[in-house]
Amino acid sequence: MLEIKNLHVKLEDEDKVILRGVNLSIGPGEVHAIMGPNGSGKSTLSYVLAGRDGYAVTEGSATLEGEELLEMEPEARAAAGLFLAFQYPVEIPGVGNMTFLRTAVNAQKKSRGEPELSAAEFLKLVREKAKTLKIDADMLKRPVNVGFSGGEKKRNEILQMAMLEPRMCILDETDSGLDVDAMKLVADGVNALRDAGRSFLVITHYQRLLDHIKPDVVHIMAAGQIIRTGGPELALEVEANGYADILAEVN
Amino acid sequence: MALAKLKDDALAARLAGLPASAASGWLAAAQTEARARLAAMGLPLRRDEYWRYTDPATLNAPEVPSAARFEAGDEAPAFDGIDRLKIVFVDGVFDPAASDDLALAGVEIERLALAGQADIHWAQGTYGVLEARGQTPVARPFAALGSALATEGVLIRVTGQATRPIALNYHHVSDTSDAILHHCVKLEAGANLTLLESGPGAARLTKVLEVDVGEGASFHHIRVQGRDHERRAATHVFAQVQAGARFKSFTLTANGRLTRNEAVIDLVGPNASAHLAGAAVGDGDFHHDDTVFVTHAAPECESRQVFKKVLMNGATGVFQGKILVKPGAQKTDGYQISQSLLLDEDSQFLAKPELEIYADDVKCSHGSTSGAIDETALFYLQSRGVPRAAAQGLLVLAFLAETIQEIADEAIAEDIRSRLEGWLQRHAAKGAT
Ligand SMILES: Nc1ncnc2c1ncn2[C@@H]1O[C@H](COP(=O)(O)OP(=O)(O)OP(=O)(O)O)[C@@H](O)[C@H]1O
Ligand SMILES: [Mg+2]
Repeated sequence: MLEIKNLHVKLEDEDKVILRGVNLSIGPGEVHAIMGPNGSGKSTLSYVLAGRDGYAVTEGSATLEGEELLEMEPEARAAAGLFLAFQYPVEIPGVGNMTFLRTAVNAQKKSRGEPELSAAEFLKLVREKAKTLKIDADMLKRPVNVGFSGGEKKRNEILQMAMLEPRMCILDETDSGLDVDAMKLVADGVNALRDAGRSFLVITHYQRLLDHIKPDVVHIMAAGQIIRTGGPELALEVEANGYADILAEVN
Repeated sequence: MALAKLKDDALAARLAGLPASAASGWLAAAQTEARARLAAMGLPLRRDEYWRYTDPATLNAPEVPSAARFEAGDEAPAFDGIDRLKIVFVDGVFDPAASDDLALAGVEIERLALAGQADIHWAQGTYGVLEARGQTPVARPFAALGSALATEGVLIRVTGQATRPIALNYHHVSDTSDAILHHCVKLEAGANLTLLESGPGAARLTKVLEVDVGEGASFHHIRVQGRDHERRAATHVFAQVQAGARFKSFTLTANGRLTRNEAVIDLVGPNASAHLAGAAVGDGDFHHDDTVFVTHAAPECESRQVFKKVLMNGATGVFQGKILVKPGAQKTDGYQISQSLLLDEDSQFLAKPELEIYADDVKCSHGSTSGAIDETALFYLQSRGVPRAAAQGLLVLAFLAETIQEIADEAIAEDIRSRLEGWLQRHAAKGAT
């Protein structure tokens, strides 16, 4: 599904190097988790995959189902099936959440040559998905993320994912800011989407989330590289001992 | 004085190009007075403080710079879906065939061209009167020109609740037409009218609208200026808003080489309110100037100015807005915001917000900002699959939304919103409005 090879990334306007040769291979239907200390480059990796400006790829490649991602516009990556649930979802004053969702869904359908959803079809679908995430009608009417609580913003990300049905989902700290019940809701939302053709990359600091979304593989990122890869037990090790031992072992 | 001489010369040259007024009766007298006002002030020059940001040269010029008419393609005419009484002017000349009967319950509608014949007329108390009052403290020569030389316009007196809006439709056919229009609207106490205006009017349009909103009356004005790329216009709204009355005006502008929209609003009775809003979208050779002067002359009045401009490819936006609170106008609530969204670094926004307050118990605020598109929001939208151009359109519409909220009628607001949406989509698709 997603193949990242020797990815080196620096800031476009500065000499600061952030990713120093990331290798990652996620097969169809797999769930991978990335953990790692603050500032190690996890969000940068997700932004570079989604196509955010401001980064320069100096070496390496990333492909989604064989297609070279890094040359595409962000909207083309989305249409190809990539989705990023942002660590910090963006507020857009003046654009209604419904308008936003509908524009996004129909833009993707259009670019894939599928018929757009009618207003009624869309409404039915969004109501159904919103209900399972306990997102009320008021949140759908309000401007995108404006005045949403931290947890509401994260649930809104999952609602977008549920509506867009991407094949490769990257969740960047979707668990942070969620209360225990909301975390369960979000995990249920993610698990409902799990199938043989859809893969997940879950970035998190806490083992807690991985109790709900069971990963196949766990990676540890530090200083712009993946320094350890293992099974779910690796997350438990981090939870118990922190990163010191793993970092020491590598150095 | 050299400056005065230049102004006089500019005026003489401009007048030489225009037919003399053929008005008779009370109108002839009113036009003669306006002509004297105009002669005393001359035409404006760039050196005038009030014209520092906008060059009046092409508004002064005896020759009208040529302007081709805009081909709207399959775009629906403004307010097409609204049940309205239509009055059509072609290059500033009334078109009876294209207009509806000038008959509406509770409203008297007359052509200016015919009204002069009477010796006594209700419009004597309005025509040129509000304009003359609006000449201090700042001279507005093109308004005086409009009063002095208009041959066409409508006089509307509203005594009741107008059952449908009156729509003034301004077509532009000749590439060098030079139209001067003057309208007067008087709403008697408790009356109610919505006035729609649309179209470019002419290659160059000079227009005055005087509105007297009587006690407890309500006037709602929505205007869509024509899309002809080279058109030029100097328009003026003078309003006096009496006790408990409501005045609301919204203008949408896209395209036009030069547009100067002046509004001079006097809140003269307690508890009156005036809301002015403008949305302008300019691409390339576009200069749009909103010059607003709101006077609070009575206590407990409310005023609101919301002006937003989206500028790209070297377009220029100007906002000069003033709130004057006179002595005794206690409990004034005045608000003013002017903002621009600059889609590139070649475009510019020049703003001069002013407050002048002579009462102590007032609440007045004003703000002016100029900013680029929010790249983070743009990326967020793109990451959800919305193409960049469409994403930009959504953000532009969101930026302008606050002005459209000033339109009370939902069907009219929707006409404006979908019109803007259509423009933005077409603009995104082919890279031109
Ligand atoms: N646009 C930028 N400008 C300056 N520094 C940046 C920028 N983007 C990332 N960085 C820096 O790159 C490093 C990696 O940041 P990144 O956000 O990817 O870390 P992270 O692993 O997601 O951290 P966290 O766990 O705190 O979310 C940090 O030192 C950060 O300050
Ligand atoms: Mg991060």
